[in-house]
Amino acid sequence: MERRVKLSRFSRAGSAVVIGALALTLAACGSDDPVGNATGESTGDGSTADTVSDLSGELNGAGASSQEAAMNAWRAGFQSLNADVTVNYDPVGSGGGRTQFVEGGVSFAGSDAALDEEEFALAQERCMGDFVEVPLYVSPIAVIYNLPEVEGLQMSGETLAGVFNGDITSWDDPAIAADNEGVELPSTRITPVNRSDESGTTENFTEYLAAAGGDAWPHDPSGDWPVQGGQSAQGTSGVVQTVQGGEGTIGYADASQAGSLGTVAIGVGEDFVPYSPEAAAAIVDASPRLEGRGAGSLALELDRDTDAEGTYPIVLVSYSLACLQYADEAEAELVKSFLGYVASEEGQQQSASAAGSAPISAELRGEIETIVEQISAS
Amino acid sequence: MTTTAPPPAAPPAARRRRRRTTSDTGLSRVFRWLSTGAGALILLVLAAVAIFLLIEAWPAISAGGDELSARVSWFPEDANLVTFVGPLVFGTLLAAALALAIATPLAVGIALFISHYAPRRLASALGYVVDLLAAIPSVVYGLWGALTFAPLVYPVWDWLASTLGWFPLFAGPASQPPRVMLTVAVVLAAMILPIITAVCREVFLQTPRLHEEAALALGATRWEMVRTAVLPFARSGIVSASMLGLGRALGETMAVLMILSPGTLYSFAVLQAGQQQTIAANIAAQYPEAPPLGVSTLIATGLALFVITMAVNMAARAIVARRKDFSGAN
Repeated sequence: MERRVKLSRFSRAGSAVVIGALALTLAACGSDDPVGNATGESTGDGSTADTVSDLSGELNGAGASSQEAAMNAWRAGFQSLNADVTVNYDPVGSGGGRTQFVEGGVSFAGSDAALDEEEFALAQERCMGDFVEVPLYVSPIAVIYNLPEVEGLQMSGETLAGVFNGDITSWDDPAIAADNEGVELPSTRITPVNRSDESGTTENFTEYLAAAGGDAWPHDPSGDWPVQGGQSAQGTSGVVQTVQGGEGTIGYADASQAGSLGTVAIGVGEDFVPYSPEAAAAIVDASPRLEGRGAGSLALELDRDTDAEGTYPIVLVSYSLACLQYADEAEAELVKSFLGYVASEEGQQQSASAAGSAPISAELRGEIETIVEQISAS
Repeated sequence: MTTTAPPPAAPPAARRRRRRTTSDTGLSRVFRWLSTGAGALILLVLAAVAIFLLIEAWPAISAGGDELSARVSWFPEDANLVTFVGPLVFGTLLAAALALAIATPLAVGIALFISHYAPRRLASALGYVVDLLAAIPSVVYGLWGALTFAPLVYPVWDWLASTLGWFPLFAGPASQPPRVMLTVAVVLAAMILPIITAVCREVFLQTPRLHEEAALALGATRWEMVRTAVLPFARSGIVSASMLGLGRALGETMAVLMILSPGTLYSFAVLQAGQQQTIAANIAAQYPEAPPLGVSTLIATGLALFVITMAVNMAARAIVARRKDFSGAN
C-alpha cells in the first residue's frame, strides 16, 4: 500500500518534470523559430531577395553617447534587413570612440568632433590611407522658454548671450523688445536654466553663443556650463522639466524633447529662423568643409555665425568614422553596407523618429554615398 | 575580598572548556562560527571600502591641481583637490544640518505624542504610519520634491525672502522654480523623520515609570513631567537618533540630485539656486561622462564623505557612551 502510494507519487512527480522539460524545449524551439522562418522566408521570397544581402558576421563600433538613441534605431533597422549581422555600439563617449577606432579596436566610431591632428595621423596609419569622416547625425538644439502669454519669441545671438550670461535679467529688457517688435513683453524676471552635467548639448550651445554672441558672451565653449550660480538640472529631461516648473524660465535642450514649450526663433542675418529639421540640415550644407583631410572626410567647420537664409545655427553634428580600406573583406562589406544604410533616406528617417535628429539633405546624402561606395578591402 | 584574585583565573578556563565539550558541538558550533563570521565580515567590508576609496582616489590625490584641471573638463581652473572638495563638503554639511534642524524637533514632538499623549490605539496606528515613511524609496521622494513639492512651496520661500531677507540664510530673491537648498532640506527632513521618530519613541517609552509618577506626585503637570523626567532621561537617546538621521541625510543622493540646482560656492543663501552642491549628488551627476582621472577625483570626494560619516557616527557613539547610565539601553 504504502509502497504503491509512494511509487505513484514518484511517477507523477517524474511526469511533471518530463512535461516541464518538454515544455521548456518546445518553448525554446518556439523562440528560435520565428527568426529562422523570417530569414528563410525573406531570402526565399523573390521580391525581397535583392534588398536582403548574404552578409553575416559582427560589426563593432564605439563612440559618442549622443548618437546612442539613433544608433539603436539604425542597428535595429539594419539587422532586420540583414538577419545574420550583429552590430554592436558601445557609447563610451566621443574621445573613447576615436581612440578605440585609431587603435583598431572597433571597425567604426561615432564622434561629436572631427579627428584632431594627432588622431588624424594615427587614423591614416590604421586605415592604410584615407579614412571616412562623415556627418550622419544632425541634432538640433532648441532654445525653450516658459512665458505663457508670449508666443513666437525671437532673439538674436547677442541677446541670447546676454540672457544666458545673466546680463539681461528682465523679459521686457530693451534688447529683447528690439528683437520682438509689436510684442507685449511682461516684466517677469528671467531665469536661465542650464545643464548641470557635462554634455555635448552644452558644448554646442556655448560654441554658438561664443560665435554669435560677440562681446556679450565672454566665455570659451565648453561641455560644462561656464556661468556660476544659476538654475541647472541633470540631463535633457531635467532642463525641460525645470523650464516647465517656473515662469520666466529659458533653457536649451534637444529639439525633440521641447514638448509643448515655446521655442525661440534664432536671429540669422536679418531674419529670425524658428527651429525645423530642414533648417537644421541646411546649416550643415551652408558650412565650409575642413580642407586637406583626404578623400573620405566631410568634416565641417560649422558656421554658427552664418547669414545664410533659412539656416538654424544651433545644432549638434556627430560624425561617423570608418576606413576607406580594410584588410578584411567581410569587415569592409559590413561597414560599407551599414554606413550606406545609415546615410540612406530610410536610415535618416529611423533616427529622426527615434532620436529626433534632423535628416541630412539630399545633396549631402549624395556626397556621403559616393564616399561610402569607395569603402573596400585592400 | 583580597583573596578573590586567584579563583577568577581558574573558573573561566574551566567554564570555557566545559562549553566546548558539552554544548558546543554540531549545529551549535556551526552557528557560533557563522555568527562570528558575520561579525568579522562587517569589519572586512568596512576595511575593503576604505582601501578601495584610497586606491581609486590615489591618482587624483597625487596629481596636482594643474594636471586635474587640464585633464578633467569640469575641474575648475586654479584649484586643487582641497579647494575643489571644500564647497562640496560645505554643501553636504549645510544640507544635512538644515534637514536635522527641521526633523529633530518634529520627530521629538511626534514621538512624545505617541509615547505620552495619544490614546493607545491611535499611538500604534500613528507609529506604524511614521515607520511607513521610511519605506518610500528616495528616488520617489526626489520625484515628489521636484515635481509636486517645489512648485507648491514657492510662495512660502518668496515670503521668507521678502520678510526675512536680512538674515543671511534667507537672502533673496527666492529662485523660481525653487530648486534650492531649503527645498532639499525639507525633503531630506521628511526622509530622516521616521528613523529619528522610531528611536525617540522607544527611548521615551523606557523612562522609568517611578520617575514619571514621582514627578506627577510632586504636582507636576504632564508637560512638566515630560520636561523634568522624560527628556533628561532620553537626551542621549535623542542625540543618537539624530545622528542616525544625520548619517542618512549626509549620504542621500537621488533626492538632492533631482531637486537641487547645483553650484560650488560657500554660500548660506538657501533660497537661491545654483549656490551649493552635496558630495553624493555631485558624484552621481558627474560620473557618467567622467574620464578616468575625473572618476578618481569623484572617488576622492567620496573618501571625504566616508570620513565625515565615520566622524559623525563616532561622535554619536561617544556621546551615547558618556551618558550610558541614562540611555535607553539599560
